[in-house]
Amino acid sequence: MARIVGGIACSHVPAIGVAVDKGNDGNPYWKPYFERIQPAREWLAKLKPDVAILIYNDHANALSLELIPTFLLGTAAEFPIADEGFGPRPVPKVIGHPRLAWHLVENLILDEFDMTIANAMPVDHGLTVPLTVTCGQPAAWPFEVIPLCVNVIQYPPPTGVRCFKLGQAIRRAVEDFPEDLRVVVYGTGGMSHQLQGERAGFVNQAFDQSFLDGMVDDPVRLTQISHTQYMRESGSEGIEMVMWLAMRGALGEHVREAFRYYHVPTSNTAAGLLCLDSE
Amino acid sequence: MSAPRDYESIPGTYVYDAERGRVGYHLNMFCMSLNKPENRAAFKADEAAYLSRFTLTPEQKDAVLKRDWLGMLRVGGNIYYTIKIAFCDGLTFQDVAGMMCGMPKDEYAKMMLAGGRTPVGNLYKTTPRAGEKS
Repeated sequence: MARIVGGIACSHVPAIGVAVDKGNDGNPYWKPYFERIQPAREWLAKLKPDVAILIYNDHANALSLELIPTFLLGTAAEFPIADEGFGPRPVPKVIGHPRLAWHLVENLILDEFDMTIANAMPVDHGLTVPLTVTCGQPAAWPFEVIPLCVNVIQYPPPTGVRCFKLGQAIRRAVEDFPEDLRVVVYGTGGMSHQLQGERAGFVNQAFDQSFLDGMVDDPVRLTQISHTQYMRESGSEGIEMVMWLAMRGALGEHVREAFRYYHVPTSNTAAGLLCLDSE
Repeated sequence: MSAPRDYESIPGTYVYDAERGRVGYHLNMFCMSLNKPENRAAFKADEAAYLSRFTLTPEQKDAVLKRDWLGMLRVGGNIYYTIKIAFCDGLTFQDVAGMMCGMPKDEYAKMMLAGGRTPVGNLYKTTPRAGEKS
């Protein structure tokens, strides 16, 4: 039987990927960040996952405004790296897990989460940066990845409650999969940041610290945060944190905090990294 | 029933909602076209000619040609799309963020290094923003 062994909440700031790709991760700006996240890489390596379900958002690369699925699941055998406007990131292609992906599609839809099915799509920094943060620069990613996209670009995204319940449905579906697989779930994006308007550069460290605490002990409190509250208090792009709640829902009621790091700034953003053991 | 838009009281923020989605569609799809290298080359070769392939309003065309980043948001631009123009120009997200809030590049970078723009005075339009005269 497949089971969820851990969860990772991770910001997907594109500049983190660029720093690694250009070999700038040792410079004074980035060194403190990359030194401090090392224990998360060790934790994940020890966990030896077979598959990751990676919850993220596409940034006008695989998807456009032509079609805007609220939830989309990638069932392909592999996913090429997107050209986001300056050439694709020099990272390994992402290998999918079609059997588990199709199992998720069937179970989630019958569990009333109407997933859009993607048989072919490129993946962008929203997916690859969290892999870089947690796995470094391997020749091939150490596990298979099932991309799960959430719309957070065209308002309104799904609510925090809805994302949390999706996570719970993912857990039910994974536990119903007959193969013996160790699964980790990533919730990506955040933390507080705003990339647009006269308020660009907005960061709310108190909001973020409280959110990190809630992810461990009281996610139900976090599901009560409204969209306007996210945008007002964590910046217009902080609303991405609903994707963290989808991951948290998949981990069950009780978790153990294995690693936490919070860093300001990564480019325009407050970056968080939280690793949770599923109990 | 129309959804409440209580987020309009957030200062300096352009939520890409249904209203902006309706007016901004073609502008943003032009931006998306710049994901392809051949389109980036065509745009750089003759910006106005390339823009004429898309059904943009005169205001939208003008904002693009002038690289008025804030103006683009006001006429329906979505930052994740308009940033493609900046990438095409060789600018970074941080360069554009600084321009949108009218801060010199160094000053913006310094603000971020010091912890970012503070929430104090920046949550509601009714209170003046930090550094702004009331």
